[in-house]
Amino acid sequence: MPEDLARSDKQARPAYDGPPDYRLVGKHAMMPGTSHDEAERFNFLAQMNRHLASRVMPGVKAAFETRVEPAHVKAQGAFRNRHEVRKALLKDPAFQWWSALRRATMEQRQEAGRWVCLRQAGELNEKARKLTEGDPRLELKEGFAVPRYLTAVDHHLMPGSYHTERAPGDVTGPANYDLGIFATTGGALGRYNDGGGHAVVAWVKRNLPGFAPKRILDLGAGLGHNVLPIAQAFPEAEVVAVDAGAPMLRYGLARAKSLGIENVRFVQADAEDLSRFEDESFDWIQTTMFLHETSKKAMEQIFAETRRLLKPGGIVLHVEQPQYSDTMTYYEQAMRDWDAFYNNEPFWTTMHEIDLDDLMIKAGFGQEKILHDGVAAVVDTGLFPAPDTDEVEDYGRKAAWHVIGAQKKTMKKTGEAA
Amino acid sequence: MDAFDPLKHAGAKARGKRPWFLENQDTERLMTIVMALAQEVSVMRQRLDTVERVLEKKGTLTRADIEGFAPDKAEAAERGAWTQEFIARILRILQQEQDALQRGDEVSSEQAAKDFQEN
Repeated sequence: MPEDLARSDKQARPAYDGPPDYRLVGKHAMMPGTSHDEAERFNFLAQMNRHLASRVMPGVKAAFETRVEPAHVKAQGAFRNRHEVRKALLKDPAFQWWSALRRATMEQRQEAGRWVCLRQAGELNEKARKLTEGDPRLELKEGFAVPRYLTAVDHHLMPGSYHTERAPGDVTGPANYDLGIFATTGGALGRYNDGGGHAVVAWVKRNLPGFAPKRILDLGAGLGHNVLPIAQAFPEAEVVAVDAGAPMLRYGLARAKSLGIENVRFVQADAEDLSRFEDESFDWIQTTMFLHETSKKAMEQIFAETRRLLKPGGIVLHVEQPQYSDTMTYYEQAMRDWDAFYNNEPFWTTMHEIDLDDLMIKAGFGQEKILHDGVAAVVDTGLFPAPDTDEVEDYGRKAAWHVIGAQKKTMKKTGEAA
Repeated sequence: MDAFDPLKHAGAKARGKRPWFLENQDTERLMTIVMALAQEVSVMRQRLDTVERVLEKKGTLTRADIEGFAPDKAEAAERGAWTQEFIARILRILQQEQDALQRGDEVSSEQAAKDFQEN
């Protein structure tokens, strides 16, 4: 036996195809420290998610095509919608095991992240306090009423969701969110989980050359990971990041400052009622993976507010996973719907089937051309996976999105469209 | 401070009724325990890999060396590939069932035995 094959890791194998090491994730001052074993826990979880998507999910499809669908067709005829598909899949062991493993992996990811943050809570909260205390760029509202869509269930199994403080000044929730995105996406969102923000910036630079926004509003900004690239790309702009979660905003400002980004204000507000801002006071309004965490009524109201707040000539862009349509099989729709029912994303299913154009028009965008496009995460592909060339499709997790938006018409004084 | 006791709160349940997928809830309980164990075995193996690499490079070892270890791209690829092998081994039964599905109806050894009695 040749000497160099004596060790199993020296086997001749195809080039490694998988998530990068967790330690590549960007370390800003607010990022919790991870021990060797804590980092390895995230590595395992990233690999688990990848394995489920690349090796287990194809078995679900095979089971659907060879067992589930033929049996259904024989007994009741063709499937009529994605819900029938999902309910039939629920009875099949291939779907049951993929689901049980996916759910368990998500729960393990939460435990791993929470462990890291809770054990150093004192230090983290103190850092955030030092960076944000007395800073006018953090605007929290005493007695703020958290929207119902956040309190019903904890989104994506994150205990306490976006808004819970375990004690005054607590930032362990957002720190856990920041840490764990790597595990869920296999590093697909890049060093600072901001691949979505960079994608939006690239889209704007490509499609609106010369666009120089003075005021930018990001709704459902969370800890601001997607708004920071926008603030960096337009350093002259005043950027307002709005979220309902006080811990997210506190952590967000501290994190932005530790990354040297100074032109973002973090404001606690309900995106349905932005009356604190004047009509036509923003050049650009952005949401990135936010709408699916609201509700139908809320989304209608949010759309109306974006219309009111946009300056003539201003743009609104919403980034989400692709909409369900007649060109998408019921099977794929059912698989994408998994998050709605089993990963605490209750509005996910409705949001992805809703006629967004119709909603935009109802919100007052009847004069405008509704634009649709696709974007993929922009990351340092020397280190992180390139989303558009990755053939592994983990439904609902892929860092490639659908964009819907509009550019508000400039009106003549007579009130006619220019 | 009790609110931040990791032993008490790291494994907290998210608000919202938990769905169970397997035919038998006990089986799913057991599966989640096994997968948590698999995670810890993976962590332990990587720690050993780190120890080996540090010793190979330096000839000495401190715990600070382990905590400060960061694999380069080639090392990360080797460790990543090991994890892929590990998970593939653990979840082998699911792969087998996919294979079975692709083959369609197969004869069992017992059936073949009966057949060979006669022919």
